Amino acid sequence: MTLRRKWEEKFFHGLSAIVTLLIVLVLVHLVWTIIAKGASSLSWKVVSEPPNGSFYFTGEGGGFLNAIAGSFYLAVSAVILSFLVSLPVALFLNIYLIKVPRLLTACRFFLDVLWGIPSIVYGAFGFLILMYLGYRNSLGAGIITVATLISPIMIRSMDEVLKTIPIGLQEASYALGSTKTETAFKIFFKQAFPGLATAVLLAFGRGIGDAASVLFTAGFTDLVPHSLGDPTATLPLFIFYQLSSPSESVQNLAYAASIVLTLIILVVSITARLLKPKR
Amino acid sequence: MILSRRLLDNVSSKWMIVCLSFFLILPFAIATGLVLKSTGLLKENSFIHLITSSDWSPSEGKFGFLPFIVSSLWVTIAALIVSMPLCLLAAIYLSQFAPKWMIKFMHPVIDILAGIPSVVYGVWALLVIVPFVRNTLAPLFHTDSVGYCILSGALILAVMSIPYILNLLLEVFRQIPIELGEASLALGATKWETIKKVFLRKGATGILSAYGLGFSKALGETLAVMMVIGNVVQIPHSVFDAGYPLPALVANNYGEMMSIPSYDSALMFGSLLLLVIILIINIFFRYIIYKSIAL
Repeated sequence: MTLRRKWEEKFFHGLSAIVTLLIVLVLVHLVWTIIAKGASSLSWKVVSEPPNGSFYFTGEGGGFLNAIAGSFYLAVSAVILSFLVSLPVALFLNIYLIKVPRLLTACRFFLDVLWGIPSIVYGAFGFLILMYLGYRNSLGAGIITVATLISPIMIRSMDEVLKTIPIGLQEASYALGSTKTETAFKIFFKQAFPGLATAVLLAFGRGIGDAASVLFTAGFTDLVPHSLGDPTATLPLFIFYQLSSPSESVQNLAYAASIVLTLIILVVSITARLLKPKR
Repeated sequence: MILSRRLLDNVSSKWMIVCLSFFLILPFAIATGLVLKSTGLLKENSFIHLITSSDWSPSEGKFGFLPFIVSSLWVTIAALIVSMPLCLLAAIYLSQFAPKWMIKFMHPVIDILAGIPSVVYGVWALLVIVPFVRNTLAPLFHTDSVGYCILSGALILAVMSIPYILNLLLEVFRQIPIELGEASLALGATKWETIKKVFLRKGATGILSAYGLGFSKALGETLAVMMVIGNVVQIPHSVFDAGYPLPALVANNYGEMMSIPSYDSALMFGSLLLLVIILIINIFFRYIIYKSIAL
């Protein structure tokens, strides 16, 4: 009996360790495969020039600057827009609603549920609004859709940071005669700054990598967009479209673009982790 | 001076309320928009007929959603069957057995896995999983498969759902009071016995909720699955058949949906189905989680 218990313990200890190792190996294998496959097609030319000439037939001539620039324009603007609405909501939850715990819980619940809505539904809804208003696919429409998609994530991660600020700090600020707004922006904002930066970076990562929501709303083009009304290419969609090409040299550019996208995500995730305040 | 401070306070708190209201209204707005757009389809066909018919030929005005619903269920359930035990074992290891440095190392790993875009998973699945299913798994079960099938979609979906479910499970184990485990260890139980008899029982509802939320997350996943599942309109009979899940239907056909009557209405009905199923699952399991934390 004792022997069996001992072996059972050893078996499950080992098994669970192997599974954990397996998860690490999947990540290593994924990053390695992406880099190994695309490295030979990655050059300064493909990341610095938009497509031209017979690009889509032979893979020669130009690169995918349109997608890189489009993705950055889209994700950066969406993050800024989302920040402008997410920070007030997160602050509101922690300054005003903190006195009404039931309502606070209800709001958090609601935002968590909102987080669960898949991006394809946001995309379809964005497209619906576009059709209704009579606009065509554009950078502006993409920005608004992505901003809506990443806001629940941003609000909840900001909320998690603001939650940890002791209530005493808030009370001290009121005692000195500050208004709620001053407390929010001078005390909470400063105190939580590193955590807020993490929230923003995570939202940026999600925004730049999402394809299903921009599929309907941002469109696709060979040109680098110059205004909010222009359609724009994005990296995920560039990868997706180029992979369906029958020509191998065109597919190779998709692999090169995958490296660029993966590196962006790696940098963003690691920076976010480094900025995150220790618990 | 005092007046402007008051004014600022007033304006800023109003703005906060406006922003919050926007998000509170959002899901209702999405649902209403999709319902309005799908009424055209619902007028011509009954709801029951739409979701039970498998006759899909948009150019003849026949819209049967059954193949898509069945494909979605197959791929999602198969994915969960693979990822559920893996996530549970990893969560047990990280919360009970793992040394400190290992936990420190694993957190960024999970974060990065969660952050990798769907399309990159798709590329990896095309390069690794599809050949693996075609050359290794299919011969193992004595069938032929081109590799673009439910199983490939399920495997990549399983990998993608790991960081999400694992994070939820770690949170569940964190909620269990440490004294419970200590009491069991003090009575002479081994660590594994403690996990089995105390942690898994105490955390049962939490674990179930994590799986439920993982299910709804996987159900809405679009791009990676769409790249490897084959996209053939049929009711699959084995995991080696190609399938066509709901999100892929919506994403693939938006280009031509304006040229066929009622097609746009049908695609919006597809999104609506997805939204409603996911919202119901989310609300149910989130409610259980919130309830268990409050207690």
